Amino acid sequence: MRRRNVYLLIFILVLFGFALWSIVPLDKNVFDREGLRLGLDLAGGSYLVYQADLSGIEPGTENEIMDGVKGVIERRINALGITEPVVEVQKYEGEYNIVIQLPGIADIEKAKETVGLFTVLEFREQDAAGNWTPATGTVKGEELTLTSRYFKQNTDVVIDSYGKPLLIFEWDETGAQLSEQITSRLIGKQLAIYLGDEPLRGEDGHIIAPTVRAVIEDKGQIEGLSLADATELKYLLNAGRIPVPLGRWVNGVFEPSVPLYERTVDATLGADSIHKSIRAAAIGIVMLLLFMILYYRLPGLVACLSLGVYGVVLLSIFKLVPVTLTLPGVAGFILSLGMAVDANVLIFERMKDELRGGRSLAAAVEAGFNRAWPAIRDSNITTFIACIVLFWLGGTLGAFMVRGFALTLFIGVALSMFTAITVTRTVLRLIMGSQVITNLAAYGVTSFRTARNTK
Amino acid sequence: MIDFVGKKQWFFLISGILIVAGIISLAVFGLKPGTDFAGGTSMTLQFSPAVEQSQLREEMAKLGYDKATIQNAGEGNFIIHIGEITSAEASELAEKLGAELDSQVEITDYYSALPTIGAETARNAIIAVIIAAVAMLFYIVWAFRRMPSPFRWGTCAVIALVHDVFIIVGIFSLLGLLAGVEINALFITGLLAVVGYSINNTVVIFDRIRENVSRHISPDFAVTVNSSIVETLGRSLNTSLTTLFVILALFLFGGATIHYFVLVLLLGVVIGTYSSICISSQFLVVWEKREWSALLPWAKRTA
Repeated sequence: MRRRNVYLLIFILVLFGFALWSIVPLDKNVFDREGLRLGLDLAGGSYLVYQADLSGIEPGTENEIMDGVKGVIERRINALGITEPVVEVQKYEGEYNIVIQLPGIADIEKAKETVGLFTVLEFREQDAAGNWTPATGTVKGEELTLTSRYFKQNTDVVIDSYGKPLLIFEWDETGAQLSEQITSRLIGKQLAIYLGDEPLRGEDGHIIAPTVRAVIEDKGQIEGLSLADATELKYLLNAGRIPVPLGRWVNGVFEPSVPLYERTVDATLGADSIHKSIRAAAIGIVMLLLFMILYYRLPGLVACLSLGVYGVVLLSIFKLVPVTLTLPGVAGFILSLGMAVDANVLIFERMKDELRGGRSLAAAVEAGFNRAWPAIRDSNITTFIACIVLFWLGGTLGAFMVRGFALTLFIGVALSMFTAITVTRTVLRLIMGSQVITNLAAYGVTSFRTARNTK
Repeated sequence: MIDFVGKKQWFFLISGILIVAGIISLAVFGLKPGTDFAGGTSMTLQFSPAVEQSQLREEMAKLGYDKATIQNAGEGNFIIHIGEITSAEASELAEKLGAELDSQVEITDYYSALPTIGAETARNAIIAVIIAAVAMLFYIVWAFRRMPSPFRWGTCAVIALVHDVFIIVGIFSLLGLLAGVEINALFITGLLAVVGYSINNTVVIFDRIRENVSRHISPDFAVTVNSSIVETLGRSLNTSLTTLFVILALFLFGGATIHYFVLVLLLGVVIGTYSSICISSQFLVVWEKREWSALLPWAKRTA
């Protein structure tokens, strides 16, 4: 028995050590972006939800089309180097929604551009000063920029007789006129391809800017690209336009390009929220620990240790899974700290009952745990039920904050059952076994006799 | 030993008054639906230097937004909720307000949603609360399946749950009237967490009643219930206290964004603890003894 407890203690210490190591990379702050994944309300950024107008497509191909839309948007976002973007297709009551989260982009107009609903790939030429400016031509008296809008959707990659990849493409009528004007004045010069304000780059980081060798009218080819770059470009050009209109339905009428939901949080507000949550958590936890130690004495102190293990392991789970922390999620975490103590309180109250009943310390500890367990199990299941319902609610529409709370609270309560039972029990058993502290006052029971009298 | 069961009529009276007051407030003033439920645009405007709420309201009215809901979030921050405007229009509005009020303005949080979708979210939220309540009922019926009439235990727990929800919704109806507090998806989140918490407390007491019934500590069910309440009182109060410590800290220092969400939790912990001791367990006694007249405040005290 004793030996088993020592092994358990070693296991707990290893777990604690690992968790601590995982959450605190030495050169990073705990709440640094690399440390924990933060939601938009903490890190700042934009959140957009669009509905797709699938009225023009063949029934049965919806899932395929939406996957395509998702892919296009993902590629565009990745091309801009945004870290941890989330693009999801949600099917909700027969409507297809596309949910886009862009951390770090606090300018909603830029976010919308990034998604590429308004912009397409644009060709640029270098002016005398070496700056890239849009390559334009005149069609029917109108000055137009050459963009991917004028590609036919049949761009492809072929391998030439020397084994080199070639990207072959075809312009539509307007594109052919523009291309002819532009390429004839740019022979021997480069044309770059821009997405928003960023040039497209190859896998080696170089700007993709092919040199014009000849005048291109309706058909052309680009040489000298790596196979990966050529394939990527093929996708981008073919997906120059998202295959179905994105926008929203208002009373049966489709409004293109207007998101159903949009939310943008400034990074400074997020930073302020983090700062305030940490301060609130610190104050709350100190009060909690003081209360536990003053009221339950030695077991209270053990509960504090087990709460420490709980907090560190929980943060480690958040980081390793990873769970995206939102502001309500942080509230859920802090709330779960308060609730995590509950299992300990249940056990200690039982222990006190047993001690008052005249049992020995060791027997009281065991009985306390055994008899408190059904209540701990049954009562926590109700919190799980609430979390599951919340998770469903959070998934039905744009309320991404709801899910964060449900998830953190769920994980927190589940873990608290483990730490209360394993950590608190093991440490208490070892203290019992060592016979170091046998004074009942240390367990919050004044003495046998008075205890018996109150019964 | 404190006699909780003997005072049950007082508890029913107090709760009855709170619930009726809440329902009246709800019927007369309703709830103020936020952007999640009513759609439109809400934004957090940060003014530096800070401006007065009355000044802001006046300027908003001048610009044609006389129906705007304005909440003071402290430190020069205001959360305003208006009809739907685009982010470009929002920037323009913020600029105008800044110029008129002679202050730097920044939109730190912009949120826009379609009104018709908001109604759907509201419907889902109500469904969620109902599903949660029914799931809790089934769970408790299952957990107490070995007791005679397990359905009764479940119903009593759900009565306490509905009691908690009505009181909190009633309080927020008043807060909406007095302080412009709006109901958002986070409010529902808090409410469901409270539902879980309330039942959690009830289950701990019920669990002890079940244990004491099987140990036959008293032939009188009322005495058994009262002993169970008293025996678990230490746990009930201490758990609520530890939870309250952290929630109170969040409420006081956690910032404006989740202020009212935390308030729901705060009220929920207090009311949930009260209802588990004074409502659900008492209903169990009333039901067991068929003392339905105890529910009426004017009936003769039977204890």
